Amino acid sequence: MDIKDTIEGSFHIVGGDFSRAGEASTEIKSILQSLGFNKEIVRRAAIATFEAEMNIIIFTTAGILRYEITPERIKIIAQDMGPGIEDIKLAMQEGYSTAPDWVREMGWGSGMGLPNMKKNSDEFKIDSVVGEGTTVEMVIYLDNTHS
Amino acid sequence: MKLERIIHSLDAVVITKFMSDGDEIEWACATDLMSEVLYYSKDSSVLITGLTKQQAIRTADIADIRVVVFTRGKEPDTPTIELANEKRITLLITPYSMFTACGRLYEAGLRCCPE
Repeated sequence: MDIKDTIEGSFHIVGGDFSRAGEASTEIKSILQSLGFNKEIVRRAAIATFEAEMNIIIFTTAGILRYEITPERIKIIAQDMGPGIEDIKLAMQEGYSTAPDWVREMGWGSGMGLPNMKKNSDEFKIDSVVGEGTTVEMVIYLDNTHS
Repeated sequence: MKLERIIHSLDAVVITKFMSDGDEIEWACATDLMSEVLYYSKDSSVLITGLTKQQAIRTADIADIRVVVFTRGKEPDTPTIELANEKRITLLITPYSMFTACGRLYEAGLRCCPE
């Protein structure tokens, strides 16, 4: 793998659109694979990105999923214009979910999304303002010394 | 466990196939909750699920799972089969319930993804 410059891009995600759910994450995964990254790094980044994409689709009207790849790390930023999270500590608990039933019928909303993003990132930051939206920033280092 | 043995143990109908009968599957993950797949599964697993929607295929692809089994004989819709073809995921249908399907695979020697 040989990246000299920063590779970046973004996807607009439309809330509620399950028919295209996961397409942006699949695209980002393909980019990481084409760069020849280690399989486990690609898997972690893809899972963290997919969970972030699904949260935008499930809980918000719209959002942006951005990626930034440097020789040292992969950074994923998910920014939405959703309702925001009132209690982040509670939302980070495994199994806690505010997802409606129709989302559960689609196989989501089990309260593992945010914990899963954290689990698969080396650095995880979440900022949320009720009524304005949520931003999640995840970093995955390309060597193993940070994990 | 070889794919062939999984198909045989589950009396499964093969919908799409992108692996050889002799290819090895190391672990099993059985759930209808996609975040559980993403949280607990390993690559080289088979996903056993009752969720016969595109989301199951998309989730398997993200998690590097190459075989998905739909339980209780539930047939997926065309977009789901098309996605499995596009992502080169082997898709099987078993007539058994999830409980029975898991029991049969366990008896045949397959084990749950280690946590």
